[in-house]
Amino acid sequence: MHNIGEIIEKMREGTAMGPVRVKEIKERGIPVVGTYCTFTPWELINAAGGFPVSLCSTSEKPIAAAEKHLPRNLCPLIKSSYGFALTDTCPYFHFCDMVIGETTCDGKKKMYEYLGQMRHTHVMQLPQNVDGKNSMVLWKDEILRLKSVLEATFNTDITNEKLSASIKLRNRMHRTMMEFYDLSKLPCPVLTGKEIMLVSDYLKFSFDYEEAIKLVSDLTLKLKENYDSGERRICPGAKRILITGCPMGKSLEKVADAIESRETGGIIVGFENCGNLKCSSSPVDESSDPIDAITEKYLNIPCSVMSPNTKRLELIKKYVREYRAEGVIDVILQACHTYAVESHSVRECLQEAEIPYMAAETDYSQGDTGQLATRFGAFIEMI
Amino acid sequence: MYTAGIDIGSSNIKTALWNGLTFDVWSQPTGWEIESTSQAAIQTLLERSSLNMGDISHIVATGYGRKMCGFAERSVTEITCHAAGASFMINGAETVLDIGGQDIKVITMDRDGKVTDFLMNDKCAAGTGRFLSNMAVLLGYSLKDFSEIPDETEIQTISSMCTVFAESEVISLLARGIQKQNIALGLLDSIALRAAGMVDRLSSSGSVVMTGGPALNKTLASLISKHLGRPVLTPEMPQHSGAIGAALIAAKRNI
Repeated sequence: MHNIGEIIEKMREGTAMGPVRVKEIKERGIPVVGTYCTFTPWELINAAGGFPVSLCSTSEKPIAAAEKHLPRNLCPLIKSSYGFALTDTCPYFHFCDMVIGETTCDGKKKMYEYLGQMRHTHVMQLPQNVDGKNSMVLWKDEILRLKSVLEATFNTDITNEKLSASIKLRNRMHRTMMEFYDLSKLPCPVLTGKEIMLVSDYLKFSFDYEEAIKLVSDLTLKLKENYDSGERRICPGAKRILITGCPMGKSLEKVADAIESRETGGIIVGFENCGNLKCSSSPVDESSDPIDAITEKYLNIPCSVMSPNTKRLELIKKYVREYRAEGVIDVILQACHTYAVESHSVRECLQEAEIPYMAAETDYSQGDTGQLATRFGAFIEMI
Repeated sequence: MYTAGIDIGSSNIKTALWNGLTFDVWSQPTGWEIESTSQAAIQTLLERSSLNMGDISHIVATGYGRKMCGFAERSVTEITCHAAGASFMINGAETVLDIGGQDIKVITMDRDGKVTDFLMNDKCAAGTGRFLSNMAVLLGYSLKDFSEIPDETEIQTISSMCTVFAESEVISLLARGIQKQNIALGLLDSIALRAAGMVDRLSSSGSVVMTGGPALNKTLASLISKHLGRPVLTPEMPQHSGAIGAALIAAKRNI
């Protein structure tokens, strides 16, 4: 049997080294570009010779500072993002040359106005629906506008060759992650959701992409071999849960902990929320024009900010089937209106498909772990 | 053969003893030492029947303190227990509204008392038992008088549902010379409206079984019924529904 714990530990250390690596990158004069959202076209930044970095946005700590400028009744992700920048406590923000944001929701676009006073911030205008020619035209314009901004800021040319190379690299990363995520399709999962979160983070914060791809592939292979030799890391009776909804980070590990605790008896087999399955399952088309292909991939992310957003419903049902989920838990951040409103249609759609569903509203505080445990516990007793 | 259920709530610890035919129940304030109070609550019940721990085959704990109970062999969430308890006490119950000390739950279930869906309020005491008892104290009512507001009383609308804001609103209404029973009815009506709204979100027809301590408040139950336009049934010992459900689950062991 391979020692899986060892690889996981190596990834944990790799993730923790992220800030040091970014500092080194910065000292070598390489552009560092801060991002917040799955909509940011990673390939453009890479093709501009820069490193895209996910900026801190998932801790409660800087929220009090953010509330000096932002209202209390705002989603914690927005407040946390802003608070980190304001207090200069996010190493990635500290080292980044510029930030790319999107007009995903009202809170974010207004927050970027203030963020722009601290760091060069470029905001992409995101269309509000996916269908129709106009959305495609608008979004392509925005992709081209971002391309010019990156070229001017970093004094470089983003050629089609560079773009194609970046697309290929990013697609390889997505494929690596999909092979890894797909382990949860096995009749008995091989990893906990919390471990899956860690591996996703590792790929994000280890800035040596080739090394990261190698290590994740190695982990996937070894987990499969261990499984074939009869190793069962997860209790076979655990109820399989698909997560959907708002992005989860460090502060929302409490959700995974509560679902996967021994008393609750659940196991997360997939994350449909930002940055996971939803992002990696649809690569950029390598055979068409790079700009068109990037435009199409990113516009089609089924996020609740789109109206209508029926593709998300189809995606959830598809993942329930593929990952053999027995229930769906919708994680909604307080004051995230789009996900909160959409919850009703997700409930109705899943009810019709006879898939157990529950929504849990939470924030970054750790004070509701008991309430969450009761809700998840009751849900799992029910299914 | 005896089984027992213990419901460790935020305000009271309730215990139920089941001999296969009938129940005996007990309740005492939770206080701040959950472990020893749980022990005392089960002992009281056992002594009344001249039993000791060895006579109980299975014990299930529920309620927010369920994991603090050392002597229970397993814990089950209060949602599953309330469904089982209500289904036992009111035959054919399909919807349960449980108002507890710190939360409100709506549960729908099938004919066997198995949960099919549920809804819980936010992490806030708004409209819960704690809100109710705070307001009773503020108006100088005993819980009994607070539950028997005369029918002909006029409702003074209360707009704040937050425990803290409602308190200042009540004080300012008293200062304006509004009758306290009108305010009391307004408070109950605001809870009723919120609770009825939660029930409506999950189930649209049939009678509703109300459990939890506040179900003893007859005025509240009738206001909820009025808002829902549906019958609200209150079992004999609504506050013990969770403990009773836990004891039944202990007897079945397989829910």
